[in-house]
Amino acid sequence: MSQPDKDPQLHGQDHGADAATPFAMEWQGSEAEKLDARPSASSRRAFLFKLAVGFNAVVGVVMAVPILGFLLGPVFKKRDDNHTWVSLGGVETFPLGETRLANYVNPVKGPSDGDTAKIACWVRRTEEDKFQVFAVNCAHLGCPVRWFAQSKLFLCPCHGGAYYEDGTRASGPPPRGLFEYQHRIQGGTVEIFAGEMPTLSNEACTGKKPLIQISPTNDDQRRPA
Amino acid sequence: MNDPKQSGLKKAGLQVFQWFETRLGLGHQIEEMSGHPTPVSAASWWYVFGSAAMVLLVMQVMTGILLALVYSPSASNAWPSLQFINHDLTLGWFLRAMHGWGSDFMIAIVLIHMAQVFLFGAYKFPRELTWIVGVLLLLLTLGMAFTGQVLRFDQDAYWGLGIGASITGSIPLIGGPAVHLLLGGPIVGGATLSRFFTLHVFVIPGILLVSVGVHLMMVLKLGINEWPMPGRLVRKADYEKNYKELTKKTGVPFVPDAAWKDAVFAAVIMLSVMSCAWFLGPIGPTGVPDPTIIQTAPKPDLPFLWIFAVLAYLPPELETALLLTAPPLIIGGLLLLPLVAGEGEKHWSRRPVAVLMVTLIAVVLGIFTRLGTYAPWSPQMDAWSSYTVPAEYLEHRTPLERRGAVVFQEKQCRDCHSLNSVGGQRGPALDKVAAEMTEDQIIRQILQGGGNMPAYGKALNPAETKALTSFLMTLHGHQRAAKDASLGTVPQNGTHPAASAVPSAPATETTPAR
Repeated sequence: MSQPDKDPQLHGQDHGADAATPFAMEWQGSEAEKLDARPSASSRRAFLFKLAVGFNAVVGVVMAVPILGFLLGPVFKKRDDNHTWVSLGGVETFPLGETRLANYVNPVKGPSDGDTAKIACWVRRTEEDKFQVFAVNCAHLGCPVRWFAQSKLFLCPCHGGAYYEDGTRASGPPPRGLFEYQHRIQGGTVEIFAGEMPTLSNEACTGKKPLIQISPTNDDQRRPA
Repeated sequence: MNDPKQSGLKKAGLQVFQWFETRLGLGHQIEEMSGHPTPVSAASWWYVFGSAAMVLLVMQVMTGILLALVYSPSASNAWPSLQFINHDLTLGWFLRAMHGWGSDFMIAIVLIHMAQVFLFGAYKFPRELTWIVGVLLLLLTLGMAFTGQVLRFDQDAYWGLGIGASITGSIPLIGGPAVHLLLGGPIVGGATLSRFFTLHVFVIPGILLVSVGVHLMMVLKLGINEWPMPGRLVRKADYEKNYKELTKKTGVPFVPDAAWKDAVFAAVIMLSVMSCAWFLGPIGPTGVPDPTIIQTAPKPDLPFLWIFAVLAYLPPELETALLLTAPPLIIGGLLLLPLVAGEGEKHWSRRPVAVLMVTLIAVVLGIFTRLGTYAPWSPQMDAWSSYTVPAEYLEHRTPLERRGAVVFQEKQCRDCHSLNSVGGQRGPALDKVAAEMTEDQIIRQILQGGGNMPAYGKALNPAETKALTSFLMTLHGHQRAAKDASLGTVPQNGTHPAASAVPSAPATETTPAR
């Protein structure tokens, strides 16, 4: 009975070194083995072990390149890879003086995106050839703002952010006006430069303002016609 | 007993056990673990929450595996696959309900466990690391709840991801790359869902299970915290010796003397989860995650409602600063707590600050969660077209005033201002607005806005403004309409009788009957 009980404990110990363990004669080991078990020899093995660990560390670093590269792939993608000019439809679909919801398919659409590939934006036509295209995402936390034509306000359902018809901040928690897409009229259609969810960081990471006009006021004067 | 056949069977069984025991050596360890001495004072109903959390975790793993048999982690199929589980599979709805309610219960139990450990001083020497791993377990549990909410890929999940991205995007410098890392691309889509699936199913549960193992191992190694006594101080020098003596004198084996309470409580909790699942049903999914359907008011799940509420009340200029500093400060504080206060008094009656803190945090979380359930800060987007102006507010009114009531509805004032307690609560109720503001003040407030109200100068023409103002001036309850005192002495050509005029002036006659 005592032998099986001891077995699991024995596993944890260094087999060769413990001379006190009662071995049967046939388990004593040959002279060559005993010679090999000397500390001097084991220091060579310790060196080899260290070498092997170092070897593994080198292999690990090499292996980390594809792993991290894959994981961080979305981070290192250039902005221009994500962005394309996308059509929102003919100019005539946006009546003068009105603000309409337009949908487009996100240019970075993936195979499993389903409905989420569709994105909405607000298109405001102020003059014959003057447009403003706003992201639906509230500048506060990205909830979808809704246009109320009667009171000429965009209202956010999440925390009550309100914006005027030109996208400037009216009240509530948003730190700035609505995000605006760069847009152009090409062959009678309204096109926007799209491909990224607008957040406050877009300015921070690019340093310039290609996607979004960051300053909330006087946008009309600065934008090329 | 004397039947040789039976004893032979018994002997055979014992041999099979012994065969495994020789190779595994588990039985002897389990026996030692379950029988470890517990101070008799700790065999209490207050000490049952940790084991209940663990039982809930096992239940979550089991129901989660079953749901993963059917769930499809792709943005195009996730929502339909949830509908399929809910409506087409036998008891699929019940499995989803158990998993959803189990999550809420687990967070609640983990928080109660944490409060109990804190109030009983159990985080003090030598159990500091047990507490630190416990804080990690709380964060992992919350991480499971958030990622799980994303897997319920509906409108709330889609826009919730947008909220997550917006918060991440406000981090200076690394905000942009961090958003892309979080979403798996520049925008919420298929890649986002599959990475949250990976987090929810592989990464976090892996870390969670290992951490629970470490947590439990330390509980066994260090022993269950003794019931604190006022004045019995923890000192690093002699605590372990004293604890050993205490368990020697008053110790009882954990199984069965203490464990029966854990078992009863765990069973009650499981029954509660199943009752909630059965009677309240599965949580969601809400509408399809189609970003072009913007008629939605996204809201996070119960455990995160308080954050939703805090974000509504923070002043805009403080928000980013607080969002970036508060989480590391809170988590850092929790992690450092046992290292800073690792010795001394354990009993709550001698730790008033600790008791106050727990009470304060509980009350604050409770209030913000409650506010989050009805979100008074959100405009009621359809109030203007859904509700009527109360009839009594239209009786005995002039045509102009009634026209003003139409303007009031048409310009969406009702979305933020309630009448007769119906309508938005973002702005003040306007039932008695004329008693609080003079006509000039009302006009200025409408046209120029201010104090969280947009300016309506561009959205109202003079006729509409006139009508709206005259309607609002009839709303003063049983009080008189407010007047500018400086104008009161000069007769105002009949449009508005001076304050000193007879009490039965036209304005008071139109007082709404309430």
